Amino acid sequence: MSVNFGSHRLVVGAHYGMRDWLSQRVTAVIMALFTVLVLAQLIFSKGPIGYELWAGIFSPQWMKSLTFVVIASMLYHVWVGMRNVFMDYVKPYAVRFVMHVFAIVWLTACAGGAIQALWRL
Amino acid sequence: MSESAASTAKKRPEFYNIDGASLISYRWPLASIASGMHRVSGAIMFFLMPFIIWMFDNSISSEISFNKFKAAFNVGMLGLPGFIWKLVALALIWASLHHFIAGLRHLWMDTHHEQVTKDFGRQTAVAVLVLTLSLTLVLGAKLFGLY
Repeated sequence: MSVNFGSHRLVVGAHYGMRDWLSQRVTAVIMALFTVLVLAQLIFSKGPIGYELWAGIFSPQWMKSLTFVVIASMLYHVWVGMRNVFMDYVKPYAVRFVMHVFAIVWLTACAGGAIQALWRL
Repeated sequence: MSESAASTAKKRPEFYNIDGASLISYRWPLASIASGMHRVSGAIMFFLMPFIIWMFDNSISSEISFNKFKAAFNVGMLGLPGFIWKLVALALIWASLHHFIAGLRHLWMDTHHEQVTKDFGRQTAVAVLVLTLSLTLVLGAKLFGLY
């Protein structure tokens, strides 16, 4: 069964548009809450902000797990965003394809580096 | 639009196949600027992500690496003086502030369709730009040791 919205548009398929739209918002909310959590720990701390305090924020296991979720959220959020940008402004398919591949490699490498840094702590 | 309506209606400009080059020919009302900056700020953070991770890694790994992280901005790194790295940090501060605040605006609009009007779009865009730029100024002044 397909449903028509408007006069011409036929909405069928895998609903990946909705999935990307929604996951970008959900990941945004996760990252925003995490940002508030980290900033609150800095703002409500006493004394100068040095290594002990900063590393201490990320050292509990629950915070590492949460940060891991945020890194994964960022990976997908940025992929959807950069893919949108490339689809809007880069018209030649070959160039766009190369940029999509670059974005995937770049983001996967970055996520790996971030997770490694996190779990070395 | 039916054919009879099309023949009587004034010819309106139509935009197909938007591409990078056509961006400069657009009118840029404030809401567009806020929206465009949302993309620009996202792209900046995308391309500077290795530097962000370098900062995260060095700032949490050890006391020694934490000092290395601080020295990059105070002394310099890779042959570049500290203030260049402070400028990079300032660009990231602006990008994350704008992306965060403009993102909240988007989330609000997504969940409050009934409030979204042309005026609302313009007013909230101004709020985003003013808030972002003033916070960037305050944090930038702190970063460069003005207070």
